[in-house]
Amino acid sequence: MTAVREIEFRDALREAMSEEMRRDKRVFLLGEEVAQYNGAYKVSRGMLDEFGPRRIIDTPISESGFAGLAIGAAMMGLKPVVEFMSWSFSLVAADPILNNAPKMLYMSGGQFGCPVVFRGNDGAGGQLGSTHSWCVEGLYSNVPGVKIAIPSNPYDAKGLLKSSIRGDDPVFFLESERMLGNKGHVPEEEYVIPFGQAKVLREGTDCTVASWGRPVHFCMDAAEELAKQGISCEVIDLRTVRPLDIGTVVRSVRKTSTCVVVDQSWSFGSPGSELASQVHRHCFDDLDNYVHRVHTADVPTPYATNLEQDYLPNARRIAEAIRSATYNL
Amino acid sequence: MGLFAANSRRPFGDGGARLPSVIDPMTSLSNAPTGQPAVTDVHAKVYGDVDHLQAPPVRAEIPAAKQLAWLRDMLLIREFEVRCMQAYQEKKIGGFCHVYIGQEAVAVGCTAAVRHEDPIVTAYRDHGHALARGMDPRHCMAEMFGRIGGCAKGKGGSMHMFDRANNLYGGHGIVGAQTPLGAGLAFACKYMDEVIDGGRNTRVALCFLGDGALNQGAFHEAMNLAGLFDIPVIYVVENNGYSMGTAIARGTTMAHSLVTKAAGYGIDGYVVDGMDVLGVYADMKRIADKCRETSRPAFVDMRTYRFKGHSMSDPRKYRTKEEEDVFEADDPIGRLERQMKASGALTDESFKAMQKSVREQVRECVAWSDASPVPGPEELLTDVFVEPWGPYPGSTQPEMNGGTPNMPGTKTIDVKEDLL
Repeated sequence: MTAVREIEFRDALREAMSEEMRRDKRVFLLGEEVAQYNGAYKVSRGMLDEFGPRRIIDTPISESGFAGLAIGAAMMGLKPVVEFMSWSFSLVAADPILNNAPKMLYMSGGQFGCPVVFRGNDGAGGQLGSTHSWCVEGLYSNVPGVKIAIPSNPYDAKGLLKSSIRGDDPVFFLESERMLGNKGHVPEEEYVIPFGQAKVLREGTDCTVASWGRPVHFCMDAAEELAKQGISCEVIDLRTVRPLDIGTVVRSVRKTSTCVVVDQSWSFGSPGSELASQVHRHCFDDLDNYVHRVHTADVPTPYATNLEQDYLPNARRIAEAIRSATYNL
Repeated sequence: MGLFAANSRRPFGDGGARLPSVIDPMTSLSNAPTGQPAVTDVHAKVYGDVDHLQAPPVRAEIPAAKQLAWLRDMLLIREFEVRCMQAYQEKKIGGFCHVYIGQEAVAVGCTAAVRHEDPIVTAYRDHGHALARGMDPRHCMAEMFGRIGGCAKGKGGSMHMFDRANNLYGGHGIVGAQTPLGAGLAFACKYMDEVIDGGRNTRVALCFLGDGALNQGAFHEAMNLAGLFDIPVIYVVENNGYSMGTAIARGTTMAHSLVTKAAGYGIDGYVVDGMDVLGVYADMKRIADKCRETSRPAFVDMRTYRFKGHSMSDPRKYRTKEEEDVFEADDPIGRLERQMKASGALTDESFKAMQKSVREQVRECVAWSDASPVPGPEELLTDVFVEPWGPYPGSTQPEMNGGTPNMPGTKTIDVKEDLL
């Protein structure tokens, strides 16, 4: 029996990009510090050596320019992967990524698609303050025409990124600086993970806990803690919020009759509010309580460690929400 | 009519190869009737200088057949736009509509100067580029009528003309948005030729923008990237003197010398008289050839004039009738008509016959568009994603491209969005 191979999240991302670049010359990577610096977060370490400067391209700090350049290249049939050092910096590229990429196919009546992947760190990185801690899924999931993946572990990250690069539509791929060093099982053999397929991480009978990205880990912590108190949680990792695998959540809620949605973006008009709304609609007669939601606090991201901790979804707040939803207060 | 390299203001190469203009603006200056504004004074007021009028005239052999084709192309755009304005008044066209009248020589001369395989992208005043590039005017008009026969099945509208077969990458409504895309198109050409096919780059991209786009950040980022990465894109600034109602000098620094902006990015800049189609062709041909050869970007201050308002609702209170008269007296169609008649390539009769055939073509195009059905309700959900999922059935090409599904082999994503 061979040992289970464990690699870091950043290695999984790099493997996905490198494998796809080996199989398809149309794929290239561009972004700030991706080449000579080996990646601001070492995601692209070694890729310049393997693929050379024509395919691993350092850009100036010019998000609007290089995001638009990638979209133009994608319209011509190339498959760019654009690294945003942080999705917080994508805000200055709002016009190309929101007005061009998702709408090009529609506005051109099916003539020009935009097979481009934008990827980078999303969410609070740890005391980065308000401008660098954006959870852009709150804004961007509102826009039709893009697919959005928010993986929580190296295995999903690799499979979903390969699927993103092979696809024909624009993808926003949201990673987390806080998870890049996380290790997890990633097999040697090739695999891809399709969009729109949630994964049940833990089966349970009392409460459905649905989340994506980094907070999935806090949900698992809360479920572990509550299990000791006799509360059985079913934890679902949505993995992609567009498409959103509502079916898996609904099947679970019809079993548990309660639901907690955990979303690290702000609460007002968010993927979490959308999911809760859909659960209310599809499980109106199944629910014993309203769908509870745990989000970041509805304030700009604070700097101080203690305030930032309180601001983010965490196991304590998630556990409180589950107890409330299941009338175990 | 002039072609000057940035900064040095020296003629480019041997000064280009063009036919002499029959009407010499410098001569007409001295002939200006008392009380009328001098041509050069008006041009200087609009553009800040008259560099574009001062290139030495040179001879060239542009075959009469080509000139006739360009004359007809310009007439077609003019007539098409007149009919657009009429259709807008009749409420057949909705939303925003920006006509190209006065600027015809730019789209016609520029597209003639590059190869059909060279990609083109432009802003929202895009009907002229679409027609010059070879789009059937029926598909252009039907698009504005919101009909299924439109180039984008009626989903794009006046500002969003796309034509894959003719390598037209839009029609973009946000000022300056197309400038990074233009860099991307040229980047892709070079990447495909050099990285994928292992050969030498053979294509250039033309990216048109208005003078108003010069003040957008996207333009400056695109210029920096193009200069940095040796991207073979030519930025053609259709400098008509006004961004909507704001005279260029009120919104743009160094308005009298836009090429200085290119110099800041290490990009060659040229000033071209955009009212002279033969000059536009000759100058752009040389600029494009150089761009193709060196893979270096270029910037063109293409001096032109929009005869009508910014859009259908613009009363043009920000400029004088006298100023408009000066430009209309030397409009690009009239100028070529006079030149060709002088050289014997055109007669009164043949010109009238051409006008008649253009009128008939555009009349037929309006009738065709009127008869084209509105898009069916299923079109609401198509073309959002290439890969079908949930409520989205995938994507198909418009009728003008055969109407076939995009990526027919693509796997459908299995998501049940509606469980009821």
